[in-house]
Amino acid sequence: MTSNQVLSEVEYNVVGTRPVRPDGVDKVTGRARYGDDTNLTGTLQAKVLRSPHPHARVKSIDTSKAEAFPGVRAVITAKDLPFASLSKEELGGDYTALKFATDHMMASDKVLFKGHPIAAIAAVNGHVAQSAMDLIEVEYEVLESVVDVREAMKPGAALLHEDLRTNDMGETADTPSNISTHMSYATGDLEKGFAEADLVMEKEYTTATVHQGYIEPHNTTAFWNSDGQLNLWTSTQGSFQVRATVSNILRLPVSQIKVTPMEIGGGFGGKITAYLDAICAVLSKKTGSPVKAIMTRTEVFEASGPAPASWMRVKIGVKNNGKITAVETEMAMDAGAYPGSPVMQAIVCAFACYDVENGKVDGYDVVVNKPKSAAYRAPGAPQAAFAVESLIDEICGELKIDPIDFRLLNAAKEGTRRIEGLVAKRIGLVECLEAARDHDHYKSKLENGTGRGVACGYWPNRGFQSSVVMTVNYDGVVSLIMGSVDIGGTRASIAQQTAETLGIAYEDVKPTVVDTDSIGYTFITGGSRTAFATGIAAISAAEDVKEQMISRAAKIWDTSEDDIEFVAGMISHKSDEELRLSFKDLARQTATTGGSITGRSSVDPSGEGNGHAVHIADVSVDQETGKTDVTRFTAIQDAGKAVHPSYVEGQMQGGAVQGIGWALNEEYFFDDTGKMLNSSFLDYRMPTSLDLPMIDTVIVEVANPGHPYGVRGVGEAAICPPMAAVANAVTSATGNRMRSLPITPGKILEAGWDSVKS
Amino acid sequence: MAGVTQVQTTLNGEVINFLCEPRQSLLECLRDVLGMTGTKEGCNDGNCGACTVIMDGRIVDSCLVLGVEAEGKDITTIEGMATPEGLHPLQQSFLENAALQCGICTPGFLLASKGLLDQEPDADEGRIRHWLAGNLCRCTGYDKIVRAVLQVSKAK
Amino acid sequence: MEPFDYLSPSSIEEAVKTLASKGDQARIMAGGTDMLVQMRAGRRTAPLVVDIKEIPDLNVVSYDATNGLTLGAAVPCYKIYQDETLSAAYPGLMDAASLIGGIQIQGRATIGGNICNAAPSGDSIPVVIALGGVCNIAGPNGTRQLPVEEMCTAPGRNALADGEILVSVSIPAPQAKSGASYLRFIPRNEMDIAVVGVGSSVQLDASGQNFVSARISLASVAPTPVFAKEAGDSLAGKPVNEETIQAASELAQAAAKPISDMRGTIRQRTHLVGVLTRRTLNIAIERARGG
Repeated sequence: MTSNQVLSEVEYNVVGTRPVRPDGVDKVTGRARYGDDTNLTGTLQAKVLRSPHPHARVKSIDTSKAEAFPGVRAVITAKDLPFASLSKEELGGDYTALKFATDHMMASDKVLFKGHPIAAIAAVNGHVAQSAMDLIEVEYEVLESVVDVREAMKPGAALLHEDLRTNDMGETADTPSNISTHMSYATGDLEKGFAEADLVMEKEYTTATVHQGYIEPHNTTAFWNSDGQLNLWTSTQGSFQVRATVSNILRLPVSQIKVTPMEIGGGFGGKITAYLDAICAVLSKKTGSPVKAIMTRTEVFEASGPAPASWMRVKIGVKNNGKITAVETEMAMDAGAYPGSPVMQAIVCAFACYDVENGKVDGYDVVVNKPKSAAYRAPGAPQAAFAVESLIDEICGELKIDPIDFRLLNAAKEGTRRIEGLVAKRIGLVECLEAARDHDHYKSKLENGTGRGVACGYWPNRGFQSSVVMTVNYDGVVSLIMGSVDIGGTRASIAQQTAETLGIAYEDVKPTVVDTDSIGYTFITGGSRTAFATGIAAISAAEDVKEQMISRAAKIWDTSEDDIEFVAGMISHKSDEELRLSFKDLARQTATTGGSITGRSSVDPSGEGNGHAVHIADVSVDQETGKTDVTRFTAIQDAGKAVHPSYVEGQMQGGAVQGIGWALNEEYFFDDTGKMLNSSFLDYRMPTSLDLPMIDTVIVEVANPGHPYGVRGVGEAAICPPMAAVANAVTSATGNRMRSLPITPGKILEAGWDSVKS
Repeated sequence: MAGVTQVQTTLNGEVINFLCEPRQSLLECLRDVLGMTGTKEGCNDGNCGACTVIMDGRIVDSCLVLGVEAEGKDITTIEGMATPEGLHPLQQSFLENAALQCGICTPGFLLASKGLLDQEPDADEGRIRHWLAGNLCRCTGYDKIVRAVLQVSKAK
Repeated sequence: MEPFDYLSPSSIEEAVKTLASKGDQARIMAGGTDMLVQMRAGRRTAPLVVDIKEIPDLNVVSYDATNGLTLGAAVPCYKIYQDETLSAAYPGLMDAASLIGGIQIQGRATIGGNICNAAPSGDSIPVVIALGGVCNIAGPNGTRQLPVEEMCTAPGRNALADGEILVSVSIPAPQAKSGASYLRFIPRNEMDIAVVGVGSSVQLDASGQNFVSARISLASVAPTPVFAKEAGDSLAGKPVNEETIQAASELAQAAAKPISDMRGTIRQRTHLVGVLTRRTLNIAIERARGG
């Protein structure tokens, strides 16, 4: 069997092919311009002074010595931000939100995590700025900190925000708490469901704080022109998101800010939050010079937004034949220093793979003294999948049912009503499970000392706003202009959908990603939305082009537009065979028939098809050292229609490997007070090439009815199954159930020792 | 403050001179002094390989080499990999095999792979995985990178 | 990084003179793979960096079957494992040289630097101790020799006095029926700090069935690399079998004084000392019998 299969239902001309990406040559020759490659004349370098304490009151900051240091041009603190001079009365209901947003960027009264910005310096170069940082004198009153999510929930725990009160299902509590929100969904009759079960199992699971691990550190260059225009060149997943954040914090109209998204060196959700942009902007305003900042790797770990640690309790009831009768979960996620963990997505995704009649899910968003968490690939869903898919594996073991058969019996399908109330449209989970069952990996024999695990995962995928403009050049080449940042090949996949719609060659579409002044609002590249939503924008703009070309042909042939059809790149008169023009021929005549043709579209599509993935993992465990090696791995996923199968495979493989890292080795080590101890790539152990086998893939194509070519997002579902797949494989190899991530060699040894004892 | 030093080195086949402070790394000198931004910074402590260059035939992390140490050395960066005739076979193979997603680690992987195949033209998968373990990629899971290198290796 | 001056002397005399006159204001740099990271993180400062890589005596790699190996302190790891003669003579040293960092690091990092950096986890140190390595040191008062096990005095501190430099490490020639091995335990397969490292060397008798002598040394289980002398000595004159190897591994465990930290617990580390001692002894025995 081949390593990479595509189970295709429909074939197109350009969609579904594997062309070289338009930005490829620039990226293999070093010519592509990433954020840190921005170098405006006279650029100053900024460094951010950060709190060494996870929780402390800032009593005083003295920047005078740093300001006097040779080469330093400006020093700022929270006092230099607009919030400092705004009153609660002026802001009204926006007060807390703006305080959180501003304080997160630069602390005013309290620091809430180690690495929390406290001041920033612009100097002639980074070395000078670094040296000057030692001269800023900050007096802290160190406070008791709280690191563990469940400890933070207890009454009497140290409080991060004295005025944070729990929003409990819409009701605000009377007393302050670290629990920001409690949310809950339920369906059916839980008690009845569990009463009907032949077997009820209930277990607890934990996962550690992990990082997206993009290789390019956060960076920004800001230049505040004398005319009041603020320009930002930055590494971001969403230029309009950066614009909105900076506009909010600096109280500027959005049109006064132009954000140019540079090439981005990875994001995975972590490059949505704008950490440095407003800081560099204020420094630029103060100095009159461009100001650039790049985080060190330590700053990236300590002060960007990791994915939250979690605690989860899962309870499932089943009949002896494996049919699920009831499910229940409680999940608590640490949001870090400010509210906003993805626990809502966690509880919504937790049981989405299953047809559940009776269920209840509860989620708690909890603040702790850690960096504010951010999105990481299917935010919330991987933790939930680890817990639920692990318990299902345990149930299958008890009932002696094949884990794929169990999932097929209970799988969600078109029409399944989920616990939160949404009804599934056409989805491909069953097809993915069948592909897994039929794969030779699943049928292959296991060697001694090895184990196999399977798990599935779900991500709803997203739509949201996208804008596209395309112009037809006189040579018939189409310039495709978009606001979606290209992280992993979307220039190619949007160009393919454009070419397909226009019936022209892929090579005749030239995509460009532009700044916020040059295109309509476009939401972030994230949520597995870009190939889908920006794809729809491109298809719709291409339809606009087609209509205009038809009207040009009508002009040339002096006939009605109704007499003309545009099929497969040919514009033809429906009844006169002589009257035919290719796309290129007609393009040549646009100048003399009314000027250039521009197609445009701004969309906000719903109809994103849900994504499902099924993974099979084989591991071998060295029982003497506890070390786990993944020896074979197959990722199966419904892509709806793979626009560029190589990049779909890349998403599946990349997600699987991030999940393998999350499963086995990746974690933030905090000391008791919340100081991260392993803020380097040496000690934050992401998988290397030597830690992995090839990642085999099967692309399942169950067309999404919400997209003209059936496309579904693929980026995120891929990271949901691997942790449970690996954990289940470790159980299969060792006989011990691992319910806490990561499954380190130390934990495997401990589990072995404990099982001997008991 | 320590003074600046003049350094003469061979960079991508050309003898060049530049001025730097002793504390500036070769990575800083390439990017900030010489404006050659193809070499990327990922961690600045020798753990990601994004800044890999070839120095006197060996791959090194340019963040862990001082600029002044480049004196008299022969250095190849990503800017020196393609020729006017076209891309290096590894560059072509990375493109055809979709061996890059975000692309930030790509220059480092290309230089590291070149360093390997220059010495061991027949490197197999195991050897490639071992050799590239000093280069982190977070997008691809390495599968397509290893295949891209393997394709050139077998072609030789 | 704070500013510093840089000097690249071309002789030992010049280096020693500079170091002696500058005292603790100067720091020696070999491959720089530890030092530059430490300086950048502010853990070490040095107004003067003395780069020793241009000193010919420190680049010596000299080996013959009688006098053994003299390895200059500035020789990068790859030069050791790329040398077929050395690889055959000192497979244990190859084990260590080929797993320090990744290939990029091995292009710069040196065994001498690894010893002088004196990290408890230094990967090359246990096997050099097991092989009976000796440091050749030059200083203002001439030269002196020091067994490698006496070089590391505390985490990050070595036995060099002001003005002294490590010139080379000498390792005795391997005898017939001898073998050595180094293994470390890390959660990944590359690019990690050893949770535990063990270097073992054995000398068997002509039959290959009995130990004549053995040396065992440990990494990451104490503030400095540990020479587990009693563990190695316990094998002298004993037959090669599971019981003697087990007994030695237990003595090695007793010599380990690990702490619990983010890389491992006391129990895990002590357990791994036992596992890796057995494994390295078995590999060393196999190599001794084969050689």
